[in-house]
Amino acid sequence: MARKILFQQAINEALDQEMARDPSVIVMGEDVVGGTGGDGEMDAWGGVLGVTKGLYGKYGNRIMDTPISESAFVGAAVGAAACGMRPVCELMFIDFLGVCFDQIYNQAAKFRYMFGGKARTPVVIRTMIGAGFRAAAQHSQSLYPIFTHIPGLKVVIPSSPYEAKGLLIQAIRDDDPVIFCEHKALYAMEGEVPEESYTIPFGEANVVREGKDVTIVALARMVSFAQKAAEALAKDGISCEIIDPRTTSPFDEDTILESVENTGRLVIVDESSPRCGMAADISAMVAQKGFEFLEAPIQMVTPPHTPVPFSPVLEDLYIPGPAKIEAAVRKCMEYA
Amino acid sequence: MGNPAIIPITMPKWGLSMQEGKVVEWLAAEGTSLQPGDQVLDIETEKIANTFEALDAGLLRRQVAKPDDVLPIGALLGVMAPDSVSDADIDAYITEFQASYVPPAEAEGDAGPDYRWADIDGQRIRYTVVGEAGPAVILIHGFGGDLGNWLFNQEAVAASARVFALDLPGHGQSGKNIRDASVAGLAAVVVGFMDSAGVADAHLVGHSLGGAVALQVAATAPARVLSLSLLAPAGIGREINGRYLAGFIAGESRRDMKPVLQQLVANPELITRQLIDDILKFKRTDGVPQALEAIAKGFVDGDAQRVDLRGVLANGGIKAQVIWGDKDAIIPVSQSAGLPANVAVHVLAGIGHLVQMEASSQVNTLLKNAL
Repeated sequence: MARKILFQQAINEALDQEMARDPSVIVMGEDVVGGTGGDGEMDAWGGVLGVTKGLYGKYGNRIMDTPISESAFVGAAVGAAACGMRPVCELMFIDFLGVCFDQIYNQAAKFRYMFGGKARTPVVIRTMIGAGFRAAAQHSQSLYPIFTHIPGLKVVIPSSPYEAKGLLIQAIRDDDPVIFCEHKALYAMEGEVPEESYTIPFGEANVVREGKDVTIVALARMVSFAQKAAEALAKDGISCEIIDPRTTSPFDEDTILESVENTGRLVIVDESSPRCGMAADISAMVAQKGFEFLEAPIQMVTPPHTPVPFSPVLEDLYIPGPAKIEAAVRKCMEYA
Repeated sequence: MGNPAIIPITMPKWGLSMQEGKVVEWLAAEGTSLQPGDQVLDIETEKIANTFEALDAGLLRRQVAKPDDVLPIGALLGVMAPDSVSDADIDAYITEFQASYVPPAEAEGDAGPDYRWADIDGQRIRYTVVGEAGPAVILIHGFGGDLGNWLFNQEAVAASARVFALDLPGHGQSGKNIRDASVAGLAAVVVGFMDSAGVADAHLVGHSLGGAVALQVAATAPARVLSLSLLAPAGIGREINGRYLAGFIAGESRRDMKPVLQQLVANPELITRQLIDDILKFKRTDGVPQALEAIAKGFVDGDAQRVDLRGVLANGGIKAQVIWGDKDAIIPVSQSAGLPANVAVHVLAGIGHLVQMEASSQVNTLLKNAL
């Protein structure tokens, strides 16, 4: 039965259902139980934003708080995965993954390749991305291109509650390491989600809106911004097709190329930094494989190449919002 | 409101979740004299594109909605009126209509579709019911379908009946744990559903596999069946397109599913991306692949049907009609030949397997006539 729930409830439900289905699924991370020190179990918070709330009561020791030692517990999760468990490891902010990068890109990502295809590393690393929370430069980045760059990792970026649940279940069942990026600003987003377990395959873009004039590719929070821009543009008779790749690795090139073949125009909206980011990557792919379809230069809507500002005024200016997307689409339309 | 000779054409409600529709193009010019069933305009919803057919006879005087207009259900699309009504009267009518029109989303709030649930033998069954009074009608979809397959029919038939549409076990949002995936097992669920809904007897309308299910209900509980309307039914002949069923079960992507689903219709444009996405979402629900395999095994072996219920129709007395598109690529229309005289056979020209969608107004008329 489908009903409306929040993005963060969708994540919780995916964890709950997979833990119930498969005893090898475990959850670990900083404060994912919360409040269990001493006799505090009754207060279990379920993470800084309450995403894992209720799981401790149901699954006990299969959900565990870890010390603030990312390299230790991410390494432990990778090792547990290599030994047959399916850990879902939460690393609060993607900004902190730097301290355990060896465990991720030099260990987890490489096992399948370096052990002759005989090793599996079914670990999921859940982590928050995105600006807009007044949390300053060290808690606001969208570093998913760094992980997309590394062969052997899968990178998943849901944009709605429906996507969040189906992609997380898929991630848990996947036999490779998955970096699962949750945009903070989406946790309170409400959407229709089936109660039953379901999966969304990796490498299949979602066509969020069909249109014929311009293709907009957007990820995570940028999808809803693109929708706002598309609604405004529709009033002026400009019809936008919005594509959400949903995973940056593996990546669905075909859906984007087919769309650009129809529209002839491409705008890419990406909250990661412009240099070596997803917008640059997608732009290069289309320039190479879809050049003959293009009737206008590809437009990239990204933040400037700076750290995320702490000043609220500057942070708002930093984020690629609907107005910037609208302007980029109009620029495309100037080429007849 | 005003002049009774003026008949409004309004945005239809196709299915419970439809809130608004987009006008694609007018197929009837101003000044066309329309008969019920004539094509008036193409409308696209987020789920499906379809041709709106005239419900009443009349002269199309005004196309109010323009192509690409997105309008809520009940909004004014056009105006029919005889020549005797002046243009000024039509203008006044339109002004008055627009001034008093309240979009249903604003009037009722965003309540979403009114799905109901029944527990039949431990299996959760989703259903909807439309209509206040009159005999009960039960709409039974086919393999891989759901109650949404009746989105052009349920409201129309409900004008003079209480019309139930259900999701068979393993389908739609019904439970995916199937006790007995055979046609007899599915028929037992339909009878159980009638018990739980307090329906003593009903007109059964079955499409494809649902046709075989309806026939099986008539075989095991004849007293509970007022009539049978069988749309491109399974169960009355041997041949069936086994590749369609195998392709439906195996398809993993839009690319796989599109050519498979296009076999269902004569006009492939009916198979929109949204429709394909919805079916993929359904297929990716835990338990669905197993349920579909089990159900397929229950009534089909390769290109042959395993269930022969043709004899049910021969057992005199039963009121039945068979409706079939002559372009059916799933179950051949030739199986409608040679049925006993008490069975009315309607073969619709240029229509595929999904007859209730592709020829909705003709099918609706036939379904209402059976009541």
